[in-house]
Amino acid sequence: MSAYLLRRLLIAVPSLIGISMVLFTVLALAPGDPFAELVSNPNVPPEVRDNLRKSFGLDDPIPVRYVRWAVAMLQGDWGFSFISRINVDTLIWQRLPVTLVVIGTAQLLALMIALPVGVIAAARPYSVFDQVANTLAFVGFSLPTFFTGILLILVFSIQLDWLPFVYRADISETGWRWWWEHVRQSIMPVTVIGLFLAASMTRFVRSAVLDVIRLDYVTTARAKGLAERWVILKHVVRNAMIPVVTLVMLQLPAVFGGAIVTEQIFRVPGIGSLLITSILSNDTPVVMAVTFVFSCLVIVCNLVADLLYGWLDPRISFS
Amino acid sequence: MSEQKIRKLLGGVESGKVTRRTFVDRMVGLGLTVPIASSLLLHAGLAQSQTASGYKPTKRGGGGALKLLWWQGATLLNPHFAVGTKDQEGSRIFYEPLGAWNNDGDLIPILAMEAPNRANGGVSADGKTITWKLKRNVTWHDGKPFTADDVVFTWEYCADPATSTLTHSIYKDVKVEKVDAYTVRILYSKAQPFWADPFVAAGGPILPKHLFDAYRGAKSREAPANLKPVGTGPYKFVDFKPGDMIRGDINLNYHEANRPFFDSIEMKGGGDAVSAARAVIQTGEYDYAWNLQVEDDILKRLEVNGKGKAVIVPGGNVEFFLMNMTDPAVEVDGERASIKTKHPILSDMAVREAFNLLIDRQGIQDNIYGRTAFATRNFLNNPAKLRSPNTKFEFDVAKASQVLEAAGWKMGADNIRAKDGKKLKFVFQTSINAPRQKTQAIIKQACQKAGIDLELKSVPASVFFSSDVANPDTYTKFYCDLEMFTTTMTQPDGEYFMNQFCSWQVANKDNKWQGRNISRWRNDEYDKAFRAAEVEMDPVKRAALFVRMNDLIVENRVVVPIVFRPRVQGVSLKLYAPVSGWDNDVWLLKDWFREA
Repeated sequence: MSAYLLRRLLIAVPSLIGISMVLFTVLALAPGDPFAELVSNPNVPPEVRDNLRKSFGLDDPIPVRYVRWAVAMLQGDWGFSFISRINVDTLIWQRLPVTLVVIGTAQLLALMIALPVGVIAAARPYSVFDQVANTLAFVGFSLPTFFTGILLILVFSIQLDWLPFVYRADISETGWRWWWEHVRQSIMPVTVIGLFLAASMTRFVRSAVLDVIRLDYVTTARAKGLAERWVILKHVVRNAMIPVVTLVMLQLPAVFGGAIVTEQIFRVPGIGSLLITSILSNDTPVVMAVTFVFSCLVIVCNLVADLLYGWLDPRISFS
Repeated sequence: MSEQKIRKLLGGVESGKVTRRTFVDRMVGLGLTVPIASSLLLHAGLAQSQTASGYKPTKRGGGGALKLLWWQGATLLNPHFAVGTKDQEGSRIFYEPLGAWNNDGDLIPILAMEAPNRANGGVSADGKTITWKLKRNVTWHDGKPFTADDVVFTWEYCADPATSTLTHSIYKDVKVEKVDAYTVRILYSKAQPFWADPFVAAGGPILPKHLFDAYRGAKSREAPANLKPVGTGPYKFVDFKPGDMIRGDINLNYHEANRPFFDSIEMKGGGDAVSAARAVIQTGEYDYAWNLQVEDDILKRLEVNGKGKAVIVPGGNVEFFLMNMTDPAVEVDGERASIKTKHPILSDMAVREAFNLLIDRQGIQDNIYGRTAFATRNFLNNPAKLRSPNTKFEFDVAKASQVLEAAGWKMGADNIRAKDGKKLKFVFQTSINAPRQKTQAIIKQACQKAGIDLELKSVPASVFFSSDVANPDTYTKFYCDLEMFTTTMTQPDGEYFMNQFCSWQVANKDNKWQGRNISRWRNDEYDKAFRAAEVEMDPVKRAALFVRMNDLIVENRVVVPIVFRPRVQGVSLKLYAPVSGWDNDVWLLKDWFREA
């Protein structure tokens, strides 16, 4: 097990180096200049612009810049934002709690809906419950979040005036009012993202369970006279979870990455909106840091998924 | 209008026969901006009006929270590093300049006792020395007194090229000296007709010397105060998350009585303009929204039974139609549209005149922009209520056809006019933006009727407005016949704005297409007028020169101004928030209050 882990971690190093090189080169070669806006500013003479470029090291050749970035990254220095003029890690840490809370809650909501609904639907295929669940799931993942988001705003903020549609990470109230305000403003973004994720996950859980439920060992379990509930929970779900774990684990990095569209609609100050504004303003150090952390998480989550397989299915060994 | 006539009018103001407002109106009608017209009075020794503030509260605080919505959040809070207006606005909550521009273009003292002028000795006769007297009761948020040292320091900080402030050029050619603890003097090496740029408005906030002194030059980016501003403004800094949120609390030691009204302030960033309009105008979740680039139809719908309204603030930005004076099809010395060439068709004045008649400005205003733009004839623009009745523009397809016919452009079998084998076919480009594409369509339709064929081209804004030297589709390269965009007026003075047609500003390969003269029109008279205006200390003569420049470009049909684009803000019905088209939205934040 530990040998396997070590091997996987060692393999991860070259892939991370490769990823970072590709990311860095693509960003460096991409058109756009973080100081482009200054060109049309009458107060900024070209020498100040050149000075800025020099002080941010933009005029050096790409390999030199890459090595400088990599060395700094190894020492825990994530870079310096061109636009905000502060350290990138400060920017990311400011956005991370909100992202984790909103997207994390949405993921939990999605799991809480998808697991029971998917399992029940698969246990009674083509029943009324299954048909209804299927239809709703199709509707759910056919409707894009920018549509459901605006729909919810129109109904709950504008018509009914129940919920605010501007998300504020700093709420000045204290005590239970603080909690209440946070819950109130999170309802809509969490619902939008949660339902969207739940829809596709339900379909996935249902088909995974259906695959397993017809296997011989399940029939054996039933023939032993075990209660149906026991058969499903103990025998079916555990095996059916293997593909579901893959899906959830691969979605976990997305929790960190945020949901760009939904964050924009509800003004949730998450990583997603940081990424999109940084891309738009060509703030490459921030884009680089966010995408790189994102790729690290993909690799780590893949590894965790593989380890979980072994726990779920003893037939899989790591030797 | 000649110099003599302006002088006569000024005389009228002096003797009381003409009101200030009438004078400004008349000047504006000639294509001058409000600040220029207003500064004429200033230089003539006629003190500018001090607009009575509508501030009503009789005690400080007690107003609750003020909630502002900026759909692009501020990313940094040092006003001298502000990249766009969003950053300037965010910094301006905490920092203040010596003076600010109100909507009439008058200089309003903020940290100064009074605005300098000839009468109070603030402006010297030769125009080389400006003296500012500072308020004496001002303290920084940390309790330290505000003095002339801070003003002098701000100059040193910005003038140092190593600091790389974005306001560098405002300060680099001046000298600032301390006269006493509460008086500073600005020295220009030559007469400065527009002297009110350093320490005024968006580029002028004063920084505290005691916090920034150690962070000059290359170390500027390490200053902790870059992110935790300590200013003199009505609200004290509490918290800042770049791109998301700025929070502030009331400054109980603010230097003006009974101000500010609100106990706290928050400026929330992010999202989009339409939902920002919704949150202020329709639901009232927020009190104020910045820069609502939203179709007027939507704004009107939100305003029905809403809790806020759209406020239109005219400034100097103008959307215009530009004709290429050089030939984009021929390559000379490695660049197209070289000034060594002449446009084969657009060099004919008749064709340019036809375009002038074929652009339905009123129709474009009515059908596309509604309240959010004003059809105009002038390139230098002004608030609509001040627009002179003698500025006219025409939309007349028949007349355009006659002009072309008379110049020998005969209608061909394909309904396109031609002369000497050259057809009236043009490529017309602009950036991708719904109102612009609609405008293109309206112009194309009118041109078709007159026998001109336009091929419409739309370029993504990020490419069109980029400074990418390798891209042929940028607006400064102008590798086609016609184009349309908005030019912004960042200073309340015409000098920088009008250099867009000087021959030495031609955008070409040598200056990496960063020259400001994009049409590449060159005219000796214009150049001479501009050079003269640069050094002309007599404001009347200078004004006459700007009028002449505006007339030259409009009469020569180099540009066809289409509409000028005011700023649109969403304001709660109860909020009193004085606006200015010549300064930031929060220029007078100290006077904001909520009506009971």
